[in-house]
Amino acid sequence: MSINEILLEVKGLKMHFPLTQGIIIQRQVGAVKAVDGLNFFIRRGETLGLVGESGCGKSTTGRAILQLYRPTAGQVLFEGQDLCKMAGERLRQMRRRMQMIFQDPYASLNPRMTVGNIIGEPMEIHNLAKGKEKQEKVQELLRVVGLNPYFSNRYPHEFSGGQRQRIGVARALAVQPEFIVCDEPISALDVSIQAQIINLLEELQAEFHLTYLFIAHDLSVVRHLSDRVAVMYLGKIVEIATRDDLYRTPLHPYIKALLSAVPIPDPTVEARRERIILVGDVPSPVNPPSGCNFHTRCPIAIPLCSEQEPAFVDKGVDHWAACHRV
Amino acid sequence: MRDNTLLEVRNLKTYFYTMDGTVLAVDGVDFVMREGQTVGLVGESGCGKSVTALSIMRLITPPGKIVGGQVIFDGEDLLKVDDEEIRRVRGNKIAMVFQDPMTSLNPVLTINRQVSEALELHLGMNKDESRKRSIELLEIVGIPEAAKRIDDYPHQFSGGMRQRVMIAMALSCNPQLLIADEPTTALDVTIQAQIIELVKRLKKELGMAVIWITHDMGVVAGMCERVIVMYAGHIAESARVSDIYADPRHPYTLGLLGSIPRLDAARKSKLTPIEGLPPDLINAPPGCPFAPRCAWVIDICHQECPRLRGVGPGHETACWANVKEGRA
Ligand SMILES: Nc1ncnc2c1ncn2[C@@H]1O[C@H](COP(=O)(O)OP(=O)(O)OP(=O)(O)O)[C@@H](O)[C@H]1O
Ligand SMILES: Nc1ncnc2c1ncn2[C@@H]1O[C@H](COP(=O)(O)OP(=O)(O)OP(=O)(O)O)[C@@H](O)[C@H]1O
Ligand code: SF4
Ligand code: SF4
Ligand SMILES: [Mg+2]
Ligand SMILES: [Mg+2]
Repeated sequence: MSINEILLEVKGLKMHFPLTQGIIIQRQVGAVKAVDGLNFFIRRGETLGLVGESGCGKSTTGRAILQLYRPTAGQVLFEGQDLCKMAGERLRQMRRRMQMIFQDPYASLNPRMTVGNIIGEPMEIHNLAKGKEKQEKVQELLRVVGLNPYFSNRYPHEFSGGQRQRIGVARALAVQPEFIVCDEPISALDVSIQAQIINLLEELQAEFHLTYLFIAHDLSVVRHLSDRVAVMYLGKIVEIATRDDLYRTPLHPYIKALLSAVPIPDPTVEARRERIILVGDVPSPVNPPSGCNFHTRCPIAIPLCSEQEPAFVDKGVDHWAACHRV
Repeated sequence: MRDNTLLEVRNLKTYFYTMDGTVLAVDGVDFVMREGQTVGLVGESGCGKSVTALSIMRLITPPGKIVGGQVIFDGEDLLKVDDEEIRRVRGNKIAMVFQDPMTSLNPVLTINRQVSEALELHLGMNKDESRKRSIELLEIVGIPEAAKRIDDYPHQFSGGMRQRVMIAMALSCNPQLLIADEPTTALDVTIQAQIIELVKRLKKELGMAVIWITHDMGVVAGMCERVIVMYAGHIAESARVSDIYADPRHPYTLGLLGSIPRLDAARKSKLTPIEGLPPDLINAPPGCPFAPRCAWVIDICHQECPRLRGVGPGHETACWANVKEGRA
């Protein structure tokens, strides 16, 4: 296993949801282009942050990678093998190696199952452990995520949001995955609890050599956790770079605006900051704007931008961006 | 004596009498606001921010009850005035923008009907006048093509636009005080930045005071003059915005600031979380509500709840320990 080994590679990934009309006879009248041609890779052991505004396609990307949605087009190569082409037993075996942690710690746990069963279930599904061995593993996992092992007989409603998120993390870890999609794992938590979960995710990564796709809209948290960061806008990736390159020398006007909009908890800094205020809202992914789909809000757009889509090219050392003007 | 005090909240207590017991949602809150001032009310979920705001407007409904205190607005105790008077104050002198713009706009009425209503009710305008003024208000809050969009329904507007409509409605009667309850929490940062710029601009133009409720210490830094940090129904600390960040004097404030990663600071290898959980407001033990999570805790903290005490000009903290001296 080399340090630079690519664990996951996504090529031309598209996920379009059909828009239908009619009650008895449904006919397709268009498509929500939630994810529209993504290219990126993740190295083993690293964290790739995925940021962008609500509705830009982050969760859909995560789900399409894990084949929870079957992509409309493109490839998802896990250790070089295309998951999109797999089905049945083969896919099930690959799925064990990839897990997801969800945003909502309230909705993502079955309220009628004990914590022990919630965490133990995936082990049974994948024939990893049963009976006493399973129970011991559950208790071990509870300890790993910072919960009392005796909690295994309790139900989710007896726990706080932060504790439930820990249970979700324990369930994801139960099948000893290599790759975890963390979909906004801290957004629903209290501010004072968020740092507990961030630290936990970091500790687990170091201990179990995990690879993360970390989805979030909080740019400060993504900076804290990620090795590299991808920025999405309206179904497309507009920039990918190492963390330091992206935050120090952002190229694309969209990420520049995003960064300038993040409030900083320091009044003297805030007083001196120049904000780039984007006008308007994110357009609909059903009829995305022509050319560069950011041109309707871009402060530096030129006529070419509405005509031709900019290519996604390397503008430095592994610093990719899609913009006619950088 | 006439000073420029606009609002004085004294020992406000609002409890909820539920099946499980009494929730001490707001338990002795004290603060003063000047005319035209912007005050940030921060703290995590459930600490009593919304209940404080609703109590000021006297909008608490059963099982909740304002059980004590005073809300002196413009020289008058709002907790004592009759129902007609409080209705006149609401929407007219004090306006509120709620957290979720979808639930606070009526889905079956056009934007025009909703913005016009307050104008007709409070200012006695007729339909033509109120429509004209509504269009102006939508233009002020930056709705593009306001004259065309005014007959749309709320679902035809995006989240950011709905929040602008809420602000337009709140502004319709030139309030002296705007209470904005997490008006940007459900929005993206780019839209949040638009709304913050808008409120800053309107404040300057109209000279109104603002209470801005949020859990984001960053938002407060950019727009408020004073900050009130709440924890478990109590005020933990209150100070000028510069002092809260440069010289925090309450362990909870310190914890909040230490636990969030900052975009402009050197990346720390590890965050310092506040350990433990926020307390249950039903069976609150005696003593300081932060004691179970506090690194500075001393014996007295478990026995007696600290009261706010001055630690500098306009700077108060409710803590037995001397956090400043103890800091390395
Ligand atoms: N199952 C689905 N059917 C139809 N449209 C969908 C479906 N899932 C997502 N979408 C649409 O695809 C787009 C991308 O959604 P997605 O949930 O991936 O965004 P996101 O970036 O995760 O947003 P958020 O930050 O709000 O979670 C949105 O316009 C959404 O409405
Ligand atoms: N109708 C109600 N019945 C019972 N308890 C209530 C009711 N409304 C509020 N509370 C309780 O009062 C406390 C304070 O609630 P409040 O809504 O003021 O919190 P908040 O600080 O605004 O939180 P958030 O950031 O989540 O909006 C909470 O513990 C809450 O559970
Ligand atoms: S291609 Fe044009 S519209 Fe798109 S981001 Fe670059 S300058 Fe702006
Ligand atoms: S009073 Fe005591 S427990 Fe409360 S914050 Fe101060 S030191 Fe901590
Ligand atoms: Mg999502
Ligand atoms: Mg609230």
